[in-house]
Parts: sequence; structure tokens; C-alpha cells
Amino acid sequence: MIETRGLRKSFTSRQGRDKKTVEAVRGVDLDVAEGEIFGFLGPNGAGKTTTLRMLATLIEPDDGTATIAGADLRADPGEVRRRIGYVAQGGSTWDDSTAREELVLEARLYGVSKAEAQRQAVRVLEGFQLSEYADRKCKTYSGGQRRRVDIALGIIHEPKVVFLDEPTTGLDPQSRAHMWDEIRRLRAEGMTVFITTHYLDEADALCDRISIMDNGEIVASGTPADLKREISGDVVRVGLPVDAVTAAAEALKNYKLETYEDNVRLYVEDGAVSIPQILRALDAADVPLGTIELHRPSLDDVFLTKTGRSLRES
Amino acid sequence: MKLLRDTSLIFNRQMQFLLRNPVWILVGVFQPVMYLLLFAPLLKPALQVRTDAEAYEIFVPGLLVLLAIFGGLFQGFGLIAELRAGVIERSRVTPISRLALLLGRSLRDVVSLIAQAVIITLLALAFDLRVFLGNLLLAYLMLALISLMTSAVSYGVALAVKSEDALAPLMNTVAQPVLLLSGILLPLTYAPGWLQGVADWNPFSWAVNGTRALFRGDLGAPAVWQGLVIMAVLAVLAVAWAGRGFAKSVR
Repeated sequence: MIETRGLRKSFTSRQGRDKKTVEAVRGVDLDVAEGEIFGFLGPNGAGKTTTLRMLATLIEPDDGTATIAGADLRADPGEVRRRIGYVAQGGSTWDDSTAREELVLEARLYGVSKAEAQRQAVRVLEGFQLSEYADRKCKTYSGGQRRRVDIALGIIHEPKVVFLDEPTTGLDPQSRAHMWDEIRRLRAEGMTVFITTHYLDEADALCDRISIMDNGEIVASGTPADLKREISGDVVRVGLPVDAVTAAAEALKNYKLETYEDNVRLYVEDGAVSIPQILRALDAADVPLGTIELHRPSLDDVFLTKTGRSLRES
Repeated sequence: MKLLRDTSLIFNRQMQFLLRNPVWILVGVFQPVMYLLLFAPLLKPALQVRTDAEAYEIFVPGLLVLLAIFGGLFQGFGLIAELRAGVIERSRVTPISRLALLLGRSLRDVVSLIAQAVIITLLALAFDLRVFLGNLLLAYLMLALISLMTSAVSYGVALAVKSEDALAPLMNTVAQPVLLLSGILLPLTYAPGWLQGVADWNPFSWAVNGTRALFRGDLGAPAVWQGLVIMAVLAVLAVAWAGRGFAKSVR
């Protein structure tokens, strides 16, 4: 449904006399299948939104190709627009108009008659449980309601693909769970859903497949389960006083490990077997131990092994 | 055809917002009305004309052109609010004509300007201003072209700078010399030669001359068609330029 090859974009910013070129997206290849929820995971500034904006025809790629819902992004952006929906991160409703007005206008922008637009508006208002507030001004809505209006606007013309840029950022946990259900409903209706997120649990729970992006490049792709399976074994996290980290890393140098400001993480075959050995090794080296915990690899560990940094900390 | 349909969609939405809050039209005429009431009475002795009517014939056209220029140049503020709300980006992912995004808004500005011009003309009638209806309609056409141009320029600049803080001083810097070099408040016939020479390069000065000729009843004056042609050409250029702003990728 979406296929990109070598998609690139750089921006030039000027500060005084210095020109600075930032390569926001450096050659992105993506394959998104029809009817899946595809997650684009990465820290802020990784290039997720820039990639999304290119796919949504808002900015032109510097290089590369993309086919979206059968239309060529660079040769025929107009056709791409007809086949996709896009919901920006910051929302898109006007304070002084009502959800119904916004929806009717949006439907008409895709070329349907007024009567048809009104029918479509009623349909999506019901679908997103917004009928009750349909004729109130957008400025009176809660964050969750407003986000649902945004998504309703993005799919009113029944696109084949809908792009959602961080659809749950800033929502309370309950609205967030509600939004996940809405996104699954879109998939059930046959839409391909492409979301960006920097929440690991969201990518894990919601997405059929994900790509992890860092620094303008894709560093890993696959189902969440496959990606986690790639990292065999368990992760042992040892919490330490800040000045003991170097000594601990030295004492544990036989393990595959990452060091952080106040902890080290060890990747081991079997955590239950390794923990006593780790404790003994630290004890022998006289390293004062803070805490020790064992966990199954998460997407964060996937990110960590691919980039050497933690997604939570970047 | 599609352009027409898309433009009317945007225009209708914008008019709906305007009519929901029509007080803005009155706020817009407040300043010109103050000029009309508190400044114009000085003109009869200052311009050394015989009657009030004659003074208003000179002053009212200038005032209307002033309103068209300033009203237009500050429309960009509304667009920046729309940019911030994400409304423009939302429109740009739909297949709507990019030019319609501009024209729908600019035509709303033209309509609100003409409404204000009518209010001011009616008030001036109370001060013995007399003007032929046909000439008046041509003068309104001139005003419509001016406001189409200035609002398009304002939208184009707003898309480029994206911040009120940058737009306000920029527009003021443009408007100030344009105002002084167009003989809007006092005709430049009283100006020294060098000032008149500079003013000849100000297109709005031609528009003011043309509008004054129309109010004077001098339909045949070359200033009329010269002013209309210059404004029409500039309006087309401004619309083409600002329309590209809506089409171009804005980050």
C-alpha cells in the first residue's frame, strides 16, 4: 500500500552568515502492507514527521521514490491527495467553527455535493461518538474530543491510507486507550493506518509492524514480537552509585553490557542463572550495589542495541 | 470550473465567520469615520476650496484608498492564526485548488472593504458630497482591485514569515511611505517638485488620482483608466505570487 525507496530530505537554515544543512531524512525504504497498522517509532527529531509530511504531499522529497495507494508521489501528488488522509500532530480544527461545519467543508473539498457531505459528516460523527457535541464550537471540546474530530476530518472521504502523526501525544490514559480502539476500528474498516509515535508501549500494543527510525534513518523493521526476539535472552539492569559505574563495567567486562549514568545493563542468556554470578563478580570487585532488576527485552532494548542509546533517554 | 467551486467553498466559510462577528466591519470603519468627522473639516480652509462638498470630493476618495490599502495589508494576521491552528495544512492535503485557498480569503476581504466603503460614502453624503452612481461603481472597482492586491501581498508575506511579530513591523514599514507618497490625505499638487517626482513611482498615487477624478465626475480623465490598469496588473501579479505561497511546501 505504501512503498518508498531512498526517500531523502534536508533543510537549510540560516543563522546570521552561517548556512546549516540538516539532513532530516537520509534514504528511507518502507513497505507497508494493505490493512495493517504500521508504526513509525523513534525519538523526537528522528525525522518521523518529515517523512510523514513527504508522504502526505506537504513537502517535496529531495530524492527517492514513493508509491502510495497505487499513485506515484512525485509524478502525481494530486492523485495521492485524493487517496490518503492526514492528521497532523498539532490538530487542525478552527476554534470558532463546529465539528459538523468542519466535517462538511472537509468532505466538500474532496468534491462531493453539499447533501452528500452532510450525510458523510453524520456518518463519521456517529462513528466517533461525536454527535452529541457536533454543533458546539471546537474550542469547547476536551483534548480527546478534539483529537477525535481531527481524525474524523482525516478519514471522512474514506481514504485507502490514513497517516496519523502522534495521535495520542498529550492525551490522558483513558482518552489514549479510547484512541487506540478508534485506530483499530479504522483498520477493521479496511484502512491502512500509518502512525508515528515515540511511545514504546503504543508501538508494542497497537501496531502490526513497526519501523524504528533514528537520526533520519530506519534502524530496524518488523513485527514488535520479531524485533524483540532478535535480542535473545534477558536484560539485567544493575543500579549503582554514579561513581561506581566504571568499576562495575570493569568487573562485568565478560558480559555484553551498556553503561549509563547510574546503571549498567547486561544482556544475558538466562537472567535467573546470571544474577547470582553478577552479584558475586561485583562483590569480589568491591563495587557497592544499589538495585538489581531483571526484565524481558522491550522495544527500548531493540532501539538500544541498534543505536547504542536508549529511546527513553534520547 | 474547479477553481470557481473551490474558491466559493473557501469564500463562503470565511464570510460565515465574518458575518458571525460583523462587529469587525464596524471596527474597521471607526478610524476612517473619525478622519471624516474630525479631520475633514480642516480641509476647506486648508485646501482653499469654496465649499465643503469640494473638500469632501478630494478627501473621501483618498480616505477610501487608504482604507483599502491598510485593510488589505493587515489581513495576513488572520492567516497566521489559521496556520497555527493547522487549518491551512489540513486544506493542503486535500485536492483543493491552491489558488482557491488564496482567492476565497482575498475575496472575503474585498467584500468587507466594499461594505466599509459604502458606509463611509453614505456618511459623506450627509456632508454634501455628491457623486454619480456609475462613477462611484468604477471607484469601488478600483478599491476592490487595491484590496485584492494588498490582501494577497499580506497573505503571501504571512506565509513566508509565519509570525505576527515579523508581519506587523514589515507591513507598517511598507504602508507608511506608500501612504505619504500617494497624496492620500492631501493632494500632491501642493508638494514640491521632487516629492511629486518620487510619488509618480508609487502606483497607489495613480490609484488615488484616478479615484479622485471619478469622484470629481471627470470620467474621461486619463488618470481613471491609468489607475485601473495599474491596479489590475499589480493585483494579478500579487495573486499569482501569493498563490504560489499556498502551493509551495511550507514547513
